[in-house]
Amino acid sequence: MKSHQNFGQQLLKSLKDWARVSSPWVLHFNTGSCNGCDIEILATLTPRYDLERLGVKLQASPRQADILLCTGPVTRQARERLVRIYAQMPEPKYVVAIGSCAISGGVFRGCYNVMDGIDQVIPVSAYIPGCPPRPEAVIDGLVKVLASIHSPGHKIPSDILEGALDPEKVAA
Amino acid sequence: MNTKQEPQRFVIPIGPQHPALKEPGNFQFTVDGEIVTKAIVRLGYAHRGIEKAAEERTWIQDLYLIERVCGICSHIHALAYCLAVEQLAHVEAPPRAQAIRVLVAELERIHSHFLWMGVSGHEAGFDTFFMYSWRDRERVMNILEKLTGNRVNYSANVLGGVKFDLDQEQIASIRGGIDFLEERTRHYLDVVATDFMFLQRTRGIGVMSRAQAEIMGAVGPTARASNVARDVRKDAPYAAYKEYPVDIILDERGDLEARFEVRLKELFESFHLIRKILDTLPGGELTARMPRKVPAGEAVMRVEAPRGELLYFIRSNGSDKPERLKIRTPTICNLTSVVKLAIGHQLADVPMILAGIDPCFSCNDRSVQIRTSNDPDGRMLSWDELRQHGIDFYKRLEK
Repeated sequence: MKSHQNFGQQLLKSLKDWARVSSPWVLHFNTGSCNGCDIEILATLTPRYDLERLGVKLQASPRQADILLCTGPVTRQARERLVRIYAQMPEPKYVVAIGSCAISGGVFRGCYNVMDGIDQVIPVSAYIPGCPPRPEAVIDGLVKVLASIHSPGHKIPSDILEGALDPEKVAA
Repeated sequence: MNTKQEPQRFVIPIGPQHPALKEPGNFQFTVDGEIVTKAIVRLGYAHRGIEKAAEERTWIQDLYLIERVCGICSHIHALAYCLAVEQLAHVEAPPRAQAIRVLVAELERIHSHFLWMGVSGHEAGFDTFFMYSWRDRERVMNILEKLTGNRVNYSANVLGGVKFDLDQEQIASIRGGIDFLEERTRHYLDVVATDFMFLQRTRGIGVMSRAQAEIMGAVGPTARASNVARDVRKDAPYAAYKEYPVDIILDERGDLEARFEVRLKELFESFHLIRKILDTLPGGELTARMPRKVPAGEAVMRVEAPRGELLYFIRSNGSDKPERLKIRTPTICNLTSVVKLAIGHQLADVPMILAGIDPCFSCNDRSVQIRTSNDPDGRMLSWDELRQHGIDFYKRLEK
């Protein structure tokens, strides 16, 4: 009886994984980037690089998105929105930090109005370096995220998000 | 998108994450039915503090920073900065370098206009147009990459000149690319001028009269579509624009259709200019010798970015770092027109009106503190106070 249940759960999981990997919907949010990464993301979606052949669709609403593509060093004003958008996305969710700024603040590191990277604010699943990364690099990064969805050890640390939403910790 | 109901009116907030634009900006539209009665723009989501950061880096390090003000028009920012610093140091880049600078600037204009054309096609719900124009844009990206090694932040400029030279093979590939793009531009011009569905989204929408454009201080193609003959390349030629003059493209209709046509017709000027530069590229050195420390003084440089006039002000105190750097970008000049023009239009037309000025928020998010010596109100605000001040300000506006 138990093995039947397990089999059923496994089947359901593999079906879900299959659906997630085959048609991830991505949301793009610019947290104060210079546009360089954003135009490269768009270039990735247009005919020359055609990311849509992997089933990736650019989606406008966070409530329908699986993967959040983030660019920019996170300015103080965009920070709250980033947390809110992340909170609005349904589980399981993946965040990809695109570009040097999104990874560490890049050239803007230390500026008075930036948070020095996406991972200072929300948890990040993958980093794509470059200033800006080439469309090929964006494709490679996304493929790696999709591959990681299959791996069993992958888990989103939810405690980081709770900290990000806590007003006291925000002030600190 | 949330809708907030109040007696007699709806306020629709859009952004900073929104489907239409790729950049953060928040808009609040008060609508009466479908008609917009009030529009408020909130900026600052992309404010990173570049001007302050520039004061803490050396002249050469700043070059790298300045290119990242905007990823779409990175070359023109660096060019304005270099020209201003060269003006301070009394150094003039050699003619070959100036010609190459203009060449890259025009290639950048082509890439920027193709990009804009696609994005505003997307706003109009014409995604086929978006995909085709971005496919063709890759051709100019190839040229830029072949020339400079980078697709987006080209790093073509150095203080006193340019980094790379052109060889015959590159010249041939530029010519091939330009021929292809010219043919495609002719096709797109035909589409935007004749496609019935597209014209319904552009003809007679967002009309800005010449007087309005002048009052609101519109710049670039947005102003030229309202018959304001304003082009820095013509008015105050910089780099090699004296040797390679351009014609100003004007249109008197002032609506979105005119803005499309002006930008597309400008591309033909760019193609023409690039061919001319390739035919008559002056020989000689690529860089002039530049001192490490720039003499004290002030310099102002105006250049014509793809979106309009871009202004740089630099003050040097004689050290190896600038004392003050001020950037004024074209979008901030044009954005007031959106707020005015949106009123009276249907909400569905607003994204098109916004796209019509080719907004670039990463360019325009600067902050200014104005204090005069005899101003009793002059005070410093902490971050929280500033934030509260902003909230109160917008609450007052909404009332």
